[in-house]
Amino acid sequence: MKVFGLVAVFVVGLLLLSATQDFPSWGNPRSAASDGEVSSFYIEKTEAVTKVPNMVTAVLADFRGYDTMFETVVIFIAGIGIIAVLRNFEGSDSSIDYDNDDNGAGLLARFTCSLILPFIQIFALYVVAHGHHSPGGGFQGGVMLGASYILLALAFGLSKAKRIFSERRTMIFAVVGIFIYVGWGVLCLLLGGEFLNYSVLDSILPGDAMMARSYSMLVVEIGVAFTVTAIMFSMYSNLSTRGRLSKGL
Amino acid sequence: MIWQFDIIILIFLVVAAIVSLRLKDLLGASMVFGIYSFLICLLWAEMGAVDVAFTEAAVGAGVSTVIMIATIFSTTRRSKD
Repeated sequence: MKVFGLVAVFVVGLLLLSATQDFPSWGNPRSAASDGEVSSFYIEKTEAVTKVPNMVTAVLADFRGYDTMFETVVIFIAGIGIIAVLRNFEGSDSSIDYDNDDNGAGLLARFTCSLILPFIQIFALYVVAHGHHSPGGGFQGGVMLGASYILLALAFGLSKAKRIFSERRTMIFAVVGIFIYVGWGVLCLLLGGEFLNYSVLDSILPGDAMMARSYSMLVVEIGVAFTVTAIMFSMYSNLSTRGRLSKGL
Repeated sequence: MIWQFDIIILIFLVVAAIVSLRLKDLLGASMVFGIYSFLICLLWAEMGAVDVAFTEAAVGAGVSTVIMIATIFSTTRRSKD
C-alpha cells in the first residue's frame, strides 16, 4: 500500500511538473490572467470607482462580495461543526467554578502576556479598520483578535478568558458578524439596488456613490472580523478541552 | 525579487515539508509545519502578494499551529505510522 502511494504521488507530481511548462512566465503582462478584460478593469478602474487603493480588498469585499459572504458562512459552519462533534455537556456544569479551575502559566508568562495583549488587540483592530487601504482586512484582523483571546486563555487559564468571552457571547458574536454582512446586502436591496450593490447606499452615507462603496467595504470587513474572532476562539476552546470547556491547557 | 533569496527559502521550504511529514513526534511535526507556513509566507511577500502573505502568517503560522498543538495534548504524542 505504501509503495502504491509513493508511485501515485510520483506520477501525479511528474504530471504537475510537466503542466508547469505551459504556464506563462512569472510576471508576464501578456499572460491570459493579466491580459483579459476583467483584470485590466480591476487594475485600472478600482481606485476610480471605489476610492479604495488596495485592489485585493476591493475585489474581495466589493466586486466579489458574494464569494466573501459565503466564505464567512463556511467559517461559521466549520465552528458549528466542531461544536456539534466535540461539545460535551456532561463534564461541565453551567456555573463554572472560577476559583477552582485556574491552570494558567507562570508569573513571567502572565506578566509578558498582560503587557503585549493590548498591543496585539489594537493592531488587530487597526488591520480590520485599515484593511481597504493597506494589506489586511476582516479575516486577518479577526484571526489576530481571536489569537489574542487564545493567548489570554493560554496565559491565565481558560476560565479567565471565558469570563470575558463566554460560550454564549462567542456564538452571539459569530451570528452578529454574518448578520452585519447579509444585512448590509439587504439594505442595498431595500434602497432599490441589487444585493450587495453598495453604490445605492450614497443616500444614507456621507459622500458620493464611490465613497459609499469604500465605507461599505469597511462595514462588511467588520462583519467578517466578528465571525472569525468568535469562531477561532470557539475552535480553540473546544479542541483543547475535548469539548468540556473547562481545565484546558 | 532577489533570486538567491528565493532559492534559499525554497530549499528550506522543501526540507521543512519533508521533515514535518517524516517526524514521528506529532508535537515536533506541527512545529515544523508552523515553520513551513512562515517560510511560504516569506515567499508570498517576496513575490508581491502581501495580502496572501499576511493571511498565511496569521492563519497558517499562528492560529493553526496553536490549534494543532492544543489538539495533540488531547491525543497521543507519538504517531503510529
